[in-house]
Amino acid sequence: MEMLSGGEMIARALEDEGVEYIFGYPGGAVLHIYDALFKSSKVPHVLVRHEQAATHAADGYARATGKPGVVLVTSGPGATNAVTGIATAYMDSIPMVVLSGQVASHLIGEDAFQETDMVGISRPIVKHSFMVRNPEDIPATIKKAFYLATSGRPGPVVIDIPKDATRPDLKFEYHYPESVKIRSYSPAQRGHSGQIKKAARLLLSAKRPMIYAGGGVVQGEGSALLTELAQKLNYPVTNTLMGLGAYPGTDRQFLGMLGMHGLYEANMAMHHSDVILAVGARFDDRVTNTVSKFCPGAKIIHIDIDPTSISKTVGADIPIVGPVQSVLSDLMEQVALLQKKDPQLPDAAALQKWWQQIDEWRDKHGLWTGRRYGESDSIMPQQVIESLYRVTQGDAYVTSDVGQHQMFAAQYYRFDQPRRWINSGGLGTMGFGLPAAIGAKLAFPDKDVACVTGEGSIQMNIQELSTCTQYKTPVKIINLRNNYLGMVKQWQDMQYEGRYAMSTYEDSLPDFVKLMEAYGHVGIQVTKLSELDAKMEEAFAMKDKLVFLDIFIDRMEHVYPMHIAPNGSMKDMWLSKNERT
Amino acid sequence: MRRIISILMENEPGALSRVVGLFSQRGYNIETLNVAPTEDATLSRLTLTTEGDDKTIEQITKQLNKLVDVVKLVDLSEGAHVERDMMLIKVRAVGGVQRDEVKRTTDIFRGQIVDVGPSVYTIQLTGTGEKLDSFVVAMSEMEILEVVRSGIAGIARGEKVLRLKSS
Repeated sequence: MEMLSGGEMIARALEDEGVEYIFGYPGGAVLHIYDALFKSSKVPHVLVRHEQAATHAADGYARATGKPGVVLVTSGPGATNAVTGIATAYMDSIPMVVLSGQVASHLIGEDAFQETDMVGISRPIVKHSFMVRNPEDIPATIKKAFYLATSGRPGPVVIDIPKDATRPDLKFEYHYPESVKIRSYSPAQRGHSGQIKKAARLLLSAKRPMIYAGGGVVQGEGSALLTELAQKLNYPVTNTLMGLGAYPGTDRQFLGMLGMHGLYEANMAMHHSDVILAVGARFDDRVTNTVSKFCPGAKIIHIDIDPTSISKTVGADIPIVGPVQSVLSDLMEQVALLQKKDPQLPDAAALQKWWQQIDEWRDKHGLWTGRRYGESDSIMPQQVIESLYRVTQGDAYVTSDVGQHQMFAAQYYRFDQPRRWINSGGLGTMGFGLPAAIGAKLAFPDKDVACVTGEGSIQMNIQELSTCTQYKTPVKIINLRNNYLGMVKQWQDMQYEGRYAMSTYEDSLPDFVKLMEAYGHVGIQVTKLSELDAKMEEAFAMKDKLVFLDIFIDRMEHVYPMHIAPNGSMKDMWLSKNERT
Repeated sequence: MRRIISILMENEPGALSRVVGLFSQRGYNIETLNVAPTEDATLSRLTLTTEGDDKTIEQITKQLNKLVDVVKLVDLSEGAHVERDMMLIKVRAVGGVQRDEVKRTTDIFRGQIVDVGPSVYTIQLTGTGEKLDSFVVAMSEMEILEVVRSGIAGIARGEKVLRLKSS
């Protein structure tokens, strides 16, 4: 059997695991590992400029591919810098393995240089964590970490590795296990058949059904089945922010995103539905508005791999714990059986009436149908997303940061496929977009990758422009520039009488065009609507260049619809600055 | 209402902090906590008591089950069970009258005096939490110097067991 040092075992185990990229940053505690990687590894390493970006890039890679992202950082500040990215991945259930260096074991607890209790710090934001105590445990620990990160409800797993465990002079027998079993961990493999039968009956009895699908459908690769089920039944579908692309965005049955900034028709249909099929969604506060007023007439079927997501906020009438693929295919089987017995199911007349109602809502306040902008040459943010959609033919990987631009992108870029929309939904991490775009572009170098951002968010990880230069990742940055922290400003407009406390920085923004040039990229300013499409095309025509489109948009625009809170229900929305439901 | 949740978990470093951390992180409350290895040294048994309505307790048990280190758990308060809390209480006992009174009360509660000093008695008492509370009240005439309680440990009555293989 081959004898390897701890550092070499790590390099080899990542290779044996099939890892395509490591995102990381070296430092004292991980130098043995870096040396082992340098000498032997076939796994390319991407050197970021800040550890937060390493986790976001790994995250973007994971969301785009469905494979786990891998991060390598040093102890102390390396580890703490990674924390925001780990929390981001945790909130959105993204598979990730983070290897963090630790000071040598004899120094642990002594407040040694660059020591921090990473297992302790990361505890509430990881699916699980390990501290390597014996170097011979490294291969099995890495295998366990990948197994945990990718199975059940995915999530980040941290492996903290004391420096002495990676010493080059101590060699151990290396064997990478094919599989591992963890006796205290067994994620559900199938949904309960009795519950699925009940769900099928309830689903077919619906007169005003809604399918409410979230990120779990994307993560669980359930989009095709969900689409088949929805289309077979002709039921309307809404997606959460995390679920966009789980159902084709351009399909007639798709009502758009729901929730705080969800589409009018999606929120109205949810509120008035009688049966909701929730799949891989978690009824979070940005969806439900006031929980006690949530969809008063609806019976709820809730499918999720994680039992804690069920009845956490909104109670489920029929809970089903299981993987989305297996549960949906079992459910479809039951639906087919029931329909064979009674071909009158579901009630076609009721469904037709329901669609009529939905179409009325769409005609009244739909974003995609009736929206008209003024005749002026100033650019509305929505028009930028529409232009991006046209130029990329709806086929780009779109990452975003957090704020108004994120909501506009979610509302207006109509994702037809899962994994194309990459954003920090749960944690709402500004600075996510650019590094995530790097991860997506490395995974799919031939695809268009656009990072929709704002001048606030982009500056939170702008140092990664340098990483883009080094690894030649020609992503396109679509900067919706209004010279405000737009979403903060919107809330200040609506709730603080327009007092813009710390949401402006007008005179201090860099010249983004010059900044791009400094990094070897291309910056293009867009100030007029009439030149928007042409410049968008120009940017995407430069296949091998990172292009930053600095687009000056209407400074006062708000994101609508917007749920009225507190105490509002799903149907209570602001539709513009002066119209409400 | 008060619940007794008993957890079988990996006897690993960090496992306890994950359980305790979960409670503070999600705003749940731990009233008592008792933990020690089992007959199988790789497993620990942790018993905790907490308060909450059915919905909260359901979330607590689900969240605990989700922890990778947790092998199994049971809400003992759902069925017949035995629960025991152990208390060591040190009281001032000076002079015959006082020492007799402490001794008598201890006997009534079936406690034992486990350490005797010239001016103090240390009493050991085992029972439910309520019994221990009552003893403290009964001793309130005395000068109580120190109270140490183990926290509740519990086990289901009859054939029901909480162990690795439910054979």
